Amino acid sequence: MKIHEYQAKQLLAAAGVTVPRGIVARTADEAAAAYQQLGGAIAVVKSQIHAGGRGKGTFKQHAEQRGVVLVKAADAAKDNAARMLGSTLVTIQTGPEGKVVSTLLIEEGLKIVRELYLGVVVDRESGGPILIASTEGGMDIEVVAHKSPEKILREPFDVEAGLRGYQARNVAYRLGLEGPSVRAAEKLLRQLCQFFIDRDCSMVEINPLVVTDDGNLVVGDAKVTFDDNAMFRHQDLLPLRDLTEEEPMEVQAQASGLSYVKLDGNLGCLVNGAGLAMSTMDIIKYHGGAPANFLDVGGGANVEQVTEAFRIILADPNVKGILVNIFGGIMKCDTIVTALLTAYDKIGITIPLVVRLEGTNVELARKMLADSGKPITVGTDLTDAAKKAVKSLGA
Amino acid sequence: MSILVDKHTKIICQGITGKSGLFHSQQCRAYAKEHRPGEDVFVGGCTPGKGGTEIDGFPVFNTVEEAVKKTGANCSLIFVPPPFAADAILEAADAGIGLIVCITEGIPVLDMARVKRAMVTSKSRLIGPNCPGIITPGVAKIGIMPGYIHKTGSVGLISKSGTLTYEAAWQLGNIGMGQSTAVGIGGDPIIGTTYIDLLAMFQADSKTESILMIGEIGGNAEIQAAEYIKAHVTKPVAAFIAGATAPPGKRMGHAGAIISGGSGTAAEKQAALEAAGVIVAQSPADMGIAVKRAIDQRK
Repeated sequence: MKIHEYQAKQLLAAAGVTVPRGIVARTADEAAAAYQQLGGAIAVVKSQIHAGGRGKGTFKQHAEQRGVVLVKAADAAKDNAARMLGSTLVTIQTGPEGKVVSTLLIEEGLKIVRELYLGVVVDRESGGPILIASTEGGMDIEVVAHKSPEKILREPFDVEAGLRGYQARNVAYRLGLEGPSVRAAEKLLRQLCQFFIDRDCSMVEINPLVVTDDGNLVVGDAKVTFDDNAMFRHQDLLPLRDLTEEEPMEVQAQASGLSYVKLDGNLGCLVNGAGLAMSTMDIIKYHGGAPANFLDVGGGANVEQVTEAFRIILADPNVKGILVNIFGGIMKCDTIVTALLTAYDKIGITIPLVVRLEGTNVELARKMLADSGKPITVGTDLTDAAKKAVKSLGA
Repeated sequence: MSILVDKHTKIICQGITGKSGLFHSQQCRAYAKEHRPGEDVFVGGCTPGKGGTEIDGFPVFNTVEEAVKKTGANCSLIFVPPPFAADAILEAADAGIGLIVCITEGIPVLDMARVKRAMVTSKSRLIGPNCPGIITPGVAKIGIMPGYIHKTGSVGLISKSGTLTYEAAWQLGNIGMGQSTAVGIGGDPIIGTTYIDLLAMFQADSKTESILMIGEIGGNAEIQAAEYIKAHVTKPVAAFIAGATAPPGKRMGHAGAIISGGSGTAAEKQAALEAAGVIVAQSPADMGIAVKRAIDQRK
């Protein structure tokens, strides 16, 4: 689960991490008032969306307006906010459709001496959490990792003990910090890693971490993502979810126990199992088609789930045909065909449907499909089904 | 021979009184009865609070320790719900269970980090979580796979995915090939047993003549496996990597199946495997054929 920068900073502040003073604004007047309240000469007006690259991003409605701006007066805060709120911000990460900004974070300006990078993620290799740090703050860390991997520090830490003091100091010195900044870094790094563990995060990214002129360390920007599988023990975090940031169909699928990801193609697919679902997308592409989605109906594949799966696939106006690929193991093929036919009638599918079944009771299931009298094309194997499905689109 | 599972394997199920736990315990028991009539392979289960009872002929124990003492079990199949699964794994390890197979999907990743850390000094081997389990065809099925699609044979099968493994076993069966052992390692970011562990076992196993490795996007386990194959595996290896069409930054069903920071793509994994001399199937329909090609190439 992703959250906004302002929410992440509130949580980090509660965990003792130093963040800039900031005020959330949802109207232009609130933005102006926030500027006054902060009381400094400079403030930053920051669009709150679940995507990076906001500073360089521009708005569809206002080509000159950036997603993050420095302001030196209440009027400027108000004017910028008026252009940002309700407008669509397009950044390198949002895709061309962009995201509508409905919330702003107004923050005090910082006296920046240096910008560093910090990230905490789960490291598959060491099988535990890892702190990643770099002197190249404010840059895309993936670009840094690619161009100058030597500038990336990696410090795995113990999930039970957290980041130890010496580990934090090692990282601080290697980042070139001096004097009071080392102590500040030791404290902040350990708090950050503890926060990652306590809140079951899958990612915490501070980019940049600002070294101010008085040697203090302040969180410039914060991205926090939580492990969906651990939300059961963090019920207090659930209200932070912003459904408007998510693909509506993906939300609906999740609520029905389906795993769905929307893609750009026009051939919908309905599959049981994540690996087979990915492979089905791959084989569609392999035979010249373009998959419209990833959809795993799971092991159950009962009437309700299959019906819901069809509804979700058909809600995408790009979808011009559907490929069903089911490997019936414990779940028998005839059971799945019963669900399929019931769903077909319930929904009234009018676009081409190709079905490939394999596994337990497949002969019976194929006969049921043939006897149904419905215009369903049966694929004899994976390749045949993929070819027929691609062809059914008339491409 | 085969790997991990043999005729001495005695299985219990943790979470046997749950719906899935009971159903699959019954299936595994039926498989054992069919292939090894008269032998006691699936010997019981555990559910705290239900000790002393019986469910469909399976004796139920409160703790794994007690189950081990009373039944001589050395393998546990775990169906415990995600919030309690990490605890169940460690309970099995502490009770001296040698082979722990965790089917549970949805365990918090930091719970698995804790398990991994706690098991460093343990002699137990964990398979999974979020996996279909293990099968040595004709000997024992410890998992949720349909037993009959796995024919006896000499291909060592390693996979991150469930149904895709069935698909592969099916394709192999169609060309007259079976498996020595098929192992689902699971689709989570932190897992107990890796490709490399199993490649080493299959390389050493006299019954295994070739290896099929099924991977997917996310992480770099397949790339490490490729390096290992290049250095240590002399048997023919074929592979398939799922998710060539997956968009970056999106989780594709499995918790670990995500391309992040431009790495973990199918293309880089395929390239690494090919560079290691592995025959990589470009289409998921060609997994069986790829194994045959890998073998023929060596002739």
